[in-house]
Amino acid sequence: MAWDWEKLNQQHQQKGGIPPQMDDFLKQIKKIKLPGGPIIIIAIVAILFLASAVYKVEVEEVGVIQRFGKYVRTSQPGLNFKLPVGIEKVTKVKVRRVYKEEFGFQSITEPDRSRFSAESEFANQSLMLTGDLNVGVVPWIVQYRIKDPYDFLFKVRDVRRLLRDMSEATMRLVVGDRSINEVISKREEIAIEAREVLQKELDHAETGITIQTVEMKKTNVPEPVQPSFNEVNEAVQEKEQMIYQAREDYNKAIPAAKGEAERTIQQARGYALDRVNRAKGDAARFNAMYKEYVKAKDVTKRRLYLEMLKDVIPKMGEKYIIDANQSNFLPLLNIGKETGISK
Amino acid sequence: MKNKSIILLIPVAIIAVLAFSSAYTIDETEQVVVTQFGKVIGNPKIEPGLYFRVPFIQKVTYFPKNLLEWDGDPGQIPTLEKTYIWVDSFARWKIVEPIKFFQTVGNMPNALNRLDDIIDPAVRNFVTSYPLIETVRNSNRFMDTFEIGIHDNMEKAAQAKKPRFDVRTGREKITHGILQQARPKLEPFGIELVDVKIKRINYVERVRQSVYDRMIAERKQIAEKFRSEGKGEAEKILGEKERDLKRITSEAYRKAQEVKGQADAEATRLYAEAFGLDPDFYSFTKTMEVYDEALDKTASIVLSTDSELFKYMKSYTVQP
Repeated sequence: MAWDWEKLNQQHQQKGGIPPQMDDFLKQIKKIKLPGGPIIIIAIVAILFLASAVYKVEVEEVGVIQRFGKYVRTSQPGLNFKLPVGIEKVTKVKVRRVYKEEFGFQSITEPDRSRFSAESEFANQSLMLTGDLNVGVVPWIVQYRIKDPYDFLFKVRDVRRLLRDMSEATMRLVVGDRSINEVISKREEIAIEAREVLQKELDHAETGITIQTVEMKKTNVPEPVQPSFNEVNEAVQEKEQMIYQAREDYNKAIPAAKGEAERTIQQARGYALDRVNRAKGDAARFNAMYKEYVKAKDVTKRRLYLEMLKDVIPKMGEKYIIDANQSNFLPLLNIGKETGISK
Repeated sequence: MKNKSIILLIPVAIIAVLAFSSAYTIDETEQVVVTQFGKVIGNPKIEPGLYFRVPFIQKVTYFPKNLLEWDGDPGQIPTLEKTYIWVDSFARWKIVEPIKFFQTVGNMPNALNRLDDIIDPAVRNFVTSYPLIETVRNSNRFMDTFEIGIHDNMEKAAQAKKPRFDVRTGREKITHGILQQARPKLEPFGIELVDVKIKRINYVERVRQSVYDRMIAERKQIAEKFRSEGKGEAEKILGEKERDLKRITSEAYRKAQEVKGQADAEATRLYAEAFGLDPDFYSFTKTMEVYDEALDKTASIVLSTDSELFKYMKSYTVQP
C-alpha cells in the first residue's frame, strides 16, 4: 500500500539531528583491517548506491519522485531511473487499481479485524436515523481510484480514514433527508446523491481520490421492527388479493347476467313474432272467411253453427233433450250418476 | 601506509559527520521550525527540499503540513426536546502557523487534547440547542413517508406531517455553526479548523427501544389501513356487481316488455282492423270457436226441442 511513506515520516521525526547509522558505518570502516578491504567495501557500497538509481514501475502504478523531500516528477510504468538513495525517493501509487471500502457489513474475504468487536461496530456503522426519525439499517460500499497521486500522497495525512469518516457523514446526511420508506425503496437515488456529495467533499479536501461507485447493499429496518414491516407487505398482498377476489366475483356474475338478459330479450322478440304472426294469420283467415260470408250471410252462419254443434255435441257428457212444452224434467235427471262418471 | 590512510580518513569522516548533521530534508507533507537553544530562529520552513543548519546548536522540529484528522469522543447528548442521542463527530484541521503551534501546543497529542476541549463542547452546545430533527435532517425536502398507493386524503396527511418535519436549520448549518464557534478559539494555537462533521448520530439504547415500538405501531397502523382499504375496495366492487346485475336484468326486462308491448299493439291493431269489418260476424265465429274448445265430456247439456238442433226432432215442419 502507499501508506508506507508515513513510516518514513515518523523516522524523520525520531532521528531529529545526527543520523546515528552513518556514524556507526564510519566506525566500521575504520575498524576494518583486511588489506585492500576498504576498497572492496567502497566498491560494494558504490554498486548498491548506483543500483538504487534504477527502479521498476508496475503497469497499474505510477512512481512519485521526491528529491530531498520535494516533489519533482511522476514516472510512468516501466524501468525508470532516479538519483541514488538519499537524494531521490520514489513512492509507487497504484493509480489504476480500484480500492473498496465497506460500511456496515463485512464481506467474507476480509478476515483482518477481530470478529467480536467488529459485530457491534458494523451495527453502529449501518444504523441510521432517517428523516422521519425512524431507524434504518444501511450498509454500503464505496469504490474509488487514486486520480491525483500528488494530492493523494501529500495533501491529507490519512486519506483512507478521511474517506471512511466522510462517507459515513455523507451517507447519514443523505439518509437523514429521506423517509424510511425511501431508504428501503429508493436505494439507487440515495447512492447517486451520496456519491455526488462525497466526491465534492473529497475534492474539497484535495484527497486526489475519485469515487467510482457508491453501491447500496440491502437496506432494511432494524431486526426488531422487521416483522411489522413484513406485515405491511403482507397487508398489501392481502389488499390486492381481496380486490382480485371481488373482481373475480364480478367477472363471474356479470357476463352470465348479460347472457341471461340477452335471452330474455330474444324470448320477448320471439313472443312478439309469434304474436304478430298469429294476429296476421287470424286476421287473414277472418278476412278470407268474411269475404265469402258476405255473399251468403244467413246460410253461412247457419252452417257454421251446425258444424260447431256437430263437433261439440259428441264430445260432451250427459245430454238431455226436453220437449219444449214439458215444463218439468226433473224425474229424468240422475244427479248421482253424473258424479259417478266423473270418477 | 596504514597510518597514512587513517590520517587521511579522519578529516573525511569529520567532514562527513558535519555535513550529515547539518543537512536536513523537508518532505512535501512537512514543515519545520528551527530553534537555537529553545529559541525560534527565522521563519518556519514550509517549502519541501534540502536545508542546512548549524550542527549541534540549531534544532529542527517537524510538523505535518497536510490535512489532519480529529475524531471526536462519541457521547450522549440531549437534544432540545430532551431526547438522548449518541453523537460521533470528526473534524479536519491544519497547522497553518507552525511557530505559534510550536510555542503554544508543541506536539500532536497536546494539539488533539486542545481540539477535544474546544470542539466537543461546541458540538454539545449546538446539538442541545436544537430539536433532534434539525440535526438529523438537512433540508425541508418533501419525503415520501407513506406507502405508495394511498391516495385518499393526501392533503390531510400532508397537513398532519408538516409541523412534525419543519426543518428550519438543518445539519449542514448546525455543523457550520459548530465550526464558526470553534474556529476562532483554535487560531491562537496556529491551528486552522477546516470543518466539523457529524459522523454518526443515533438514539441511545434506551430511546431506541421506544422508537422501535413506535415504528412497529406505525407499521401496524399502515398494514391495517391497507387491509381495510382492500376490504373497502372489494365491497365497492361487489356493490358494482350488484348494481350492474340489477341494471342488466332490468334493462333486459324493460326491453322485453317493450318488444312484447309493440307486438301486442301490432296484433291488436291487426285484429281490430280485420274484425272491425263486421264485429257481429267476428263475435259469432269466435263464439263458435269457444264452444268448440271449451265444452267437453264433463259438461252436460239440456237441449229443448225448441233449439236449433232439435227443432226437427218433434216434427219436420217447424212452427214459426
